[in-house]
Amino acid sequence: MNPTKCQIRQMNLFIEIKESIIIAYQAITAHKMRSMLATLGIVIGITAVTLMQTAIEGINNAFEKSIASVGADVLYVQKFEWFGREDFEYYRNRKDITMQNYEFLKKYSQTADAVSPSAGSMQTLQYGNLNLENVFVIGTTDDYQRTLGVNMDDGRFFSSKESEGGYPVAAIGMDVRNAFFPNSNPIGQDIKVGSYTFRVIGVIEKQGSLLGLVSLDNRVIIPIEKFFKLFGTKRSLSINVKAKDIKALDETREEVASIMRKTRKVPLGGKDDFGINNQSAFRETYESLTSLIKVIGLLITSLSLIVGSVGIANIMFVSVKERTKEIGIRKAIGARKRTILMQFLIESSIICLFGGVIGLSIAFPISLIIDATVLPTSMPLWVVFLGLFISLLFGVLAGFFPAYNAAKMDPVDSLRYE
Amino acid sequence: MSNLIEIRNITKLYEMGEEKLYALRGVNLAIEKNEYVAIMGPSGSGKSTLMNIIGCLDTPTSGDYILNGKDVHEMDDDELAEIRNREIGFVFQTFNLLPRSNALHNVELPLIYSGLSRHERLKRAEDALVNVGLADRMTHKPNELSGGQRQRVAVARALINNPSIILADEPTGNLDTKTGEEIMALIKELNLKGNTIIIVTHEEDIAKHATRIVKIRDGMIESDKMSN
Repeated sequence: MNPTKCQIRQMNLFIEIKESIIIAYQAITAHKMRSMLATLGIVIGITAVTLMQTAIEGINNAFEKSIASVGADVLYVQKFEWFGREDFEYYRNRKDITMQNYEFLKKYSQTADAVSPSAGSMQTLQYGNLNLENVFVIGTTDDYQRTLGVNMDDGRFFSSKESEGGYPVAAIGMDVRNAFFPNSNPIGQDIKVGSYTFRVIGVIEKQGSLLGLVSLDNRVIIPIEKFFKLFGTKRSLSINVKAKDIKALDETREEVASIMRKTRKVPLGGKDDFGINNQSAFRETYESLTSLIKVIGLLITSLSLIVGSVGIANIMFVSVKERTKEIGIRKAIGARKRTILMQFLIESSIICLFGGVIGLSIAFPISLIIDATVLPTSMPLWVVFLGLFISLLFGVLAGFFPAYNAAKMDPVDSLRYE
Repeated sequence: MSNLIEIRNITKLYEMGEEKLYALRGVNLAIEKNEYVAIMGPSGSGKSTLMNIIGCLDTPTSGDYILNGKDVHEMDDDELAEIRNREIGFVFQTFNLLPRSNALHNVELPLIYSGLSRHERLKRAEDALVNVGLADRMTHKPNELSGGQRQRVAVARALINNPSIILADEPTGNLDTKTGEEIMALIKELNLKGNTIIIVTHEEDIAKHATRIVKIRDGMIESDKMSN
């Protein structure tokens, strides 16, 4: 054999692919209506799948946004475990988380960037003759701002001096500000929390809501020493621990657990009598709840794609049958099996790819409408490429059997076919 | 000298269920370069089967077929396709052009399967069409051409890859007498230029153009003599 044979073969392949694309184009345009109808299934399938994926993206985005306030690098040491598996009673009967626990943690933790305690109570607020019921009052220290990354919209947070001294000062949430001071400056004004007077020293930036359920702006934050005096000390705290390094969050978690066990005198081998909660608990719960729904949603929408590709396969069988004679002619003048196979595979792929492009161009404006009305979302670029890839894949799958049939036709029989 | 085509004791068996049918039962045939051979025989005689085997569209059940020094009997489908592409130029009774392609594309088609560049293909296809007298019909599609013109396109396509043999199966069968004579004149001309021609026909008038006539009956060669 001469050494350039391989090169000639490669050359052939390239030329054959070009020729196949031209043939496919001719075949498709010769039966415009038929090709359009055949591709309709793929159009619907790709539209459905990409919209489904876009919706999932939107829901994911919404979820991420709604838990952002929890803080990815913050551990919440509490009596309860978020989404815990045990009975409510089990957690309720644990010892309270105390100020002593907090002080111990603050003193001994090496990996914590900031530690703050928080105690909460629902109270009615009053300003002049305005009332605001069920406002969440949080008692904490000046470190709260650092642990939870709270920014001020106006004024300032309370200082360590005010915190330790239990000064009657308050930082208010945006909802409170809007209710009491829609058009005036709240700084320096006196409001009543329960029946006690506090001076407003700052307004906290808008926080939004947690999972779209609980408003995080319907709040008043006061020094914890004052909180205890007014509302009592007999309550379990939440200790918020911000890790120095989010990558070493697990280390921080272990350190916090061992310090807590020491301060709460948990015997060796005994179970923790406290929970260390983190944003990831939300994510895990969210994922376990939604992953199955997402998979089922994608499977159902993929069904339309499968139905669509069955349609394409059907049309390809017809196309092969119709062009039996042409296949015979091509074989007689030197087309190999590979050439014929490729010709029909490329034809079905082009039909499917075309359907995919139309499907995407329908899905894209719909995703914009969804974004503007139902929930904020965007069609990610990878969904576009995935959509095109899937349509190509289904094109090859749908075309394979018809194309294989064409390729293995006997040249004598197919030449004789009328 | 060695023969261009050497067929030794070829048989072709068709099995339809229990029934066995020999289309060819021991055919020996040798054809030299630049011969002009007519294969004749009534329908069912096996001449079409013989033509399919010579054209490498079909393989014999037993026996040897050596074409241009290559043992075709041993080849797989793709190798046969390559032989058809390079060694054989077909001219069919029903022209067998691609209906959606113009004359030029029909003629260049074998060169696509040989992997020639577009530039080279077009140059050779144009030359071939000029040679068969269709210089002004290159961009016409088959349905815009007369029967005679279509067969000229087919002849140009058969010639394009400089094959060892031109294999014509009833080339005038779908043409009127006058046009048929024109095509036969064209084929004669090709033979004079050095091409080897094998023509399959059942018409004595057409066979007369050949220099050698091979008659087939019941799957065997009945007579093989020079034309007078």
